[in-house]
Amino acid sequence: MSLAKSIREGNRLALARLLTQVENGTAEGRECLNELFPYTGNAHLIGVTGSPGSGKSTLVNCLAFLFRHPPEGEPPRQVAVVAVDPTSPFSGGAILGDRLRMRDLAGDAGVFIRSMASRGSLGGLATTTADIVQVFDAAGYEVIFIETVGAGQAEVDIARLAHTTIVVESPGTGDEVQAIKAGILEIADILVINKADLPMVENTERALRSIFNWDMEDPTHHHPDEPSNVKVSRVTKGWQVPILKTVATDNEGIQPVYQAISQHLQYLYQSQEWLRREHIRLQSMLDLLIQNTLLERWQKSISTETYQKVLNNLVSRQISPYHALQILLDGDLS
Amino acid sequence: MDERKIRVLIAKPGLDGHDRGAKVVARALRDAGMEVIYSGLRQTPEMIAEAALQEDVDVVGLSILSGAHMTLVPRVLELLRANHQEYVKVFVGGIIPDEDIPRLLELGVVGVYGPGTLTEQIIHDIQAQTTRPEHQPNS
Ligand SMILES: Nc1nc2c(ncn2[C@@H]2O[C@H](COP(=O)(O)OP(=O)(O)OP(=O)(O)O)[C@@H](O)[C@H]2O)c(=O)[nH]1
Ligand SMILES: [Mg+2]
Repeated sequence: MSLAKSIREGNRLALARLLTQVENGTAEGRECLNELFPYTGNAHLIGVTGSPGSGKSTLVNCLAFLFRHPPEGEPPRQVAVVAVDPTSPFSGGAILGDRLRMRDLAGDAGVFIRSMASRGSLGGLATTTADIVQVFDAAGYEVIFIETVGAGQAEVDIARLAHTTIVVESPGTGDEVQAIKAGILEIADILVINKADLPMVENTERALRSIFNWDMEDPTHHHPDEPSNVKVSRVTKGWQVPILKTVATDNEGIQPVYQAISQHLQYLYQSQEWLRREHIRLQSMLDLLIQNTLLERWQKSISTETYQKVLNNLVSRQISPYHALQILLDGDLS
Repeated sequence: MDERKIRVLIAKPGLDGHDRGAKVVARALRDAGMEVIYSGLRQTPEMIAEAALQEDVDVVGLSILSGAHMTLVPRVLELLRANHQEYVKVFVGGIIPDEDIPRLLELGVVGVYGPGTLTEQIIHDIQAQTTRPEHQPNS
């Protein structure tokens, strides 16, 4: 039986092994992705991002559990979690610790958690995260959480990949408004203030609300506390970003987040936004593939010595960066 | 883009509450270029086998201080086999009496490391035991 087929039939070991192939970018993995692609496009992709340590993993634990044990009248969903942690730039190794916070999901065959390292990607995701998500989608997982590296910076990548992006902040991260980067607010569909048990929570909430309310009143202006070059504007027609407080460690305030996710999904369907986001997602995937492949191809076409030689000429100012580019791309080494 | 990394699950089965040693090993393995899934305290053998499967690891490291290794380790090995992951290399760290070591090795454990083991030794053994090539920079 083909690998793709056993994955479609629910073989978890086959799934785990394919995820490794896909993560490593092997030919076998790609072939299998081709075979699985027609079965993708059904899952609800939920991005979870926010500052390091704000409680993303703990919140995913609570939310995934609720999707497995939903309120009366709603069916439980098959849930996958893809959790990205940073690769050490020094060793190339990584400690993947998100799973540590997801204990409540253990022993449930309807949940599959996969940790991955960012492996040199600069954003909050690894370059193969989108492929990993596709595999889960084709394997029949209906809800897929994607936890980004807690980078504390604008995570445009996750907003492109996910249908619904949850930004998780927590109180007491220094200057409330400055610390919470405007870019991250721009991508939030749902904003969660976690660790609402901590004393500074009112300040954080006030700061965030003022940014969003201000934005609602007049989206063309900047909040006075915001750096003027950053536009805080998340005015998607028909969707008001809910700001919700949780204590993920005590499983408090989770239900409203769950409901907001469901409402956002409905909104996506009703407003054509789902199609628009699918379009954006697949386009950015394609563009990224083209970029990476061209880069790889070019790197293969040029020897390290040639590159070094051109670089040395550049450093000694015999040629300009644009000259160097021309030589390296056209292979014109005179 | 073809890039392989040794993936290791570090887990602490049993009820003792010390994970300092496990964390030291996790960091050392990361510094040796491995991807280390750290799953924390009080893991049942079932949770460990499940994590090993989902994460498709090459190696499982068990840190056991409670003295329950002769029940926990066989159970983990049994569950890995039941999942068709008999190829996963299992090593055990912690406080293991000398007389238990031969039995653990016989069961299929690839290495037993007491307190004071150099992390270099563990790294070396894992690299020797796993078939995936070592990490090469820029590959
Ligand atoms: N007081 C309090 N602590 C919390 C809450 N939620 C999570 N924590 C704690 O915050 C710490 C970080 O939680 P994680 O869930 O690992 O946070 P994260 O955002 O996933 O962290 P990274 O993935 O490392 O960026 C842990 O010690 C949690 O126990 C909360 O609601 N209140
Ligand atoms: Mg986390």
